[in-house]
Amino acid sequence: MTDLHLWLIPLVPFAGFLVNGLVGRKFPKVLVTTVALIASAIPMIQVAMIVARFGSLTLPHVETIGTWIRSGAFHADFSFQLDQLTLVMLCVVTGVGFLIHVYSVGYMAEEEGYWRFFCYMNLFLFFMLTLVLAENFLLMFVGWEGVGLASYLLIGFYYLRDSAANAGRKAFIVNRIGDVGFLLAMFLLIQHFGTLSFSQVFAAIGAHPEWQGGFLTAVALLLVLGATGKSAQIPLYVWLPDAMEGPTPVSALIHAATMVTAGVYMIARSHVIFDRSSTALLVVAVIGTATAFVAATIGMAQTDIKRVLAYSTVSQLGYMFLGCGVAAYSAGIFHLVTHAFFKALLFLAAGSVIHALSGEQDMRVMGGLRRKIPVTFWTMTAAVFAISGAPPLAGFVSKDEILYQAFVAPGPGKILWAIGLLTAGFTAFYMFRLWYMTFFGESRAPQELAAVHSRRDTKLVTETEPTQEHHHAHGVHESPKVMLIPLIILAILSVIGGWMGWPEGLGGGNWFSHFLAPAVKAVHMSYEQATVALTTTGQIANTPNESPAGSKQLELILAVISTLVAAAGWLVAHVMYYKRPELPERFAAKVRGLYALIANKYWVDEFYGAVVVTPVLFGARYLLNILIDRGVIDGGTLAAGYTAQGFGALVARIQSGNIRSYAGWLALFAGILLLASYFGWTAHFWAH
Amino acid sequence: MIPIAWYLVLSGILFSIGVAAFLIKRNIITVFMSIELMLNAVNLSFVAFSRNWSQITGHLQVSGQIFVFFVMVVAAAEAAVGLAIIIAVFRARNTLNVDQVDLMKL
Repeated sequence: MTDLHLWLIPLVPFAGFLVNGLVGRKFPKVLVTTVALIASAIPMIQVAMIVARFGSLTLPHVETIGTWIRSGAFHADFSFQLDQLTLVMLCVVTGVGFLIHVYSVGYMAEEEGYWRFFCYMNLFLFFMLTLVLAENFLLMFVGWEGVGLASYLLIGFYYLRDSAANAGRKAFIVNRIGDVGFLLAMFLLIQHFGTLSFSQVFAAIGAHPEWQGGFLTAVALLLVLGATGKSAQIPLYVWLPDAMEGPTPVSALIHAATMVTAGVYMIARSHVIFDRSSTALLVVAVIGTATAFVAATIGMAQTDIKRVLAYSTVSQLGYMFLGCGVAAYSAGIFHLVTHAFFKALLFLAAGSVIHALSGEQDMRVMGGLRRKIPVTFWTMTAAVFAISGAPPLAGFVSKDEILYQAFVAPGPGKILWAIGLLTAGFTAFYMFRLWYMTFFGESRAPQELAAVHSRRDTKLVTETEPTQEHHHAHGVHESPKVMLIPLIILAILSVIGGWMGWPEGLGGGNWFSHFLAPAVKAVHMSYEQATVALTTTGQIANTPNESPAGSKQLELILAVISTLVAAAGWLVAHVMYYKRPELPERFAAKVRGLYALIANKYWVDEFYGAVVVTPVLFGARYLLNILIDRGVIDGGTLAAGYTAQGFGALVARIQSGNIRSYAGWLALFAGILLLASYFGWTAHFWAH
Repeated sequence: MIPIAWYLVLSGILFSIGVAAFLIKRNIITVFMSIELMLNAVNLSFVAFSRNWSQITGHLQVSGQIFVFFVMVVAAAEAAVGLAIIIAVFRARNTLNVDQVDLMKL
């Protein structure tokens, strides 16, 4: 058996975390940068080497380092697994992760706490790689929690700002709600299978074809709850937009490209469970579609450039859920990959814009940046077209794959497809809205606003003297090369990244789907079998990724339709934000109620605040704190203390200092003892 | 041959007198003497038991008698230390009444 030393992949970033975390404070910036970049580059190189010899491996390739927990018959190991799905995730995490590390060197150059930032970033890589490499649910859960921790630390990076600290807490707490689901799912699995190892659980399920629904639905739904937390789906998506308080590279790496996709990865990884539960799949599909739609509508009315992208991320994650929900896991993972490219690019380019404007994030005071920061503009353009679904860019291919799979899926597939299609139009609209508002028209920024650090509060420490770079004309300046090169690489990937999954309907081979098939379609059924199973049992079995005969034309037609919808979205944005910029306000005034609804994010935060947060706070403050904590617990201990004190005061009177009284007590009790032994009491006592 | 019970009764009477004197008397010297009386009451029962045990087993059993020597040695040491303390107390308080020596109270 070949040894790939998979454990090294997560452990190298961990070493970087330790070095920078323990002594990074004393290091010069160059050394911090070196450590962090090496710690993120080595896993990438290692993954590249694995890719090179991937064909010669027997899959899935499992490496066990040792036993972690042993309790009776149950044991959980430190074991890592490599299969096609893991490999795809490894490529995304290490590749995009390294690019964002490089970008951060430029972006964070003037920030206070530079070492702290890279220390957390390496920590994040460690946990994320653990998550994707884990061979059992428990180890995966460690990574799952760990990325949540890294996310919390990085959202609250500017911890002196109240909003950032609160956003970090919100993300952490909302994720805990999802984690409860994950934990309960694991308990159920232990109860039914006595193990958490992927291979053993899935083999056990595979050996019992008669298991449909039942407890598997319970497990799947609990896993979905976990996934909705981590992947920011309805009802737990509220933390992700607030997470934009973190530095922009963090938004790109954690809250767009990698961590938030963990839920999608988890569903694809446990697809064996989901395949057995049509209910759970339907729930996933409906949640995904609803989230995609709702988040897209909210995104249309946001003015903060990063918030638009945040809602866009939520919406795109909804697409991935939709893909998984119609059992087209490879389509979901494919969109995950292309989304990692173009959304990371969008965030990094937005970061470059923010950097150029010295911290300004409000799109209403941007505009006309096209000529001032051309590289950022062109890379952003590639990403905007990619996410909007312009052929032949990456987003078009993967999104169409999902929509096509939804269309051919049985059940409510057509409805899901229609909503997804509408969402695609919205996506094009809000992305081009962002594009036009940022780069076209006249600059709406007041001169002095752009010239100084307008949002000083984004920095930990107010910069008293603007550095050399910020003396350029009006402060607007293109970013340094170290930031632009990752942008360019990601732009290229956003353009060509989709070609590896070019659909058969458009003359491609859908190589990606075939590559992933062994990992995510292990319980394989042909389309005919699935159809038969469907018509006879009325259950969603396994929707295959291969196009059924005669559907290539359908695929082509659907692609044309969604391209037209995206083009319509572009056109509307073009008219509203380029041709006649006075239109949006008039339009918003006309449908004031609707506009207020989406501009205020459907008042979901307010709703949660009233329904969940306020009662919890009330209960914590009055019930738990005043009644339980201060009343019962404090009261109980105080009562015990006072009792002992009172009794002590009583018996202290015995110590009178009078020697004859001591002797009297002694004689009295000796006499009692004597009498007791005489009447056999002590003998009686000892006998038992 | 005097039965052992007599010795023990005598020992008990002596010990009780010691205890009573300890509790009743206020002069430290007298209290001290009552302690000696209690110790010697115990010594008497040790010796009586030793003899009784020798008669029962048919061999000379000296453990009880040896123990008496230990008690006597300890008593002598105690008397030396105790009298020294009494003299020190008298010098400090100018009294030998134990009821007036109660500074150790809480």
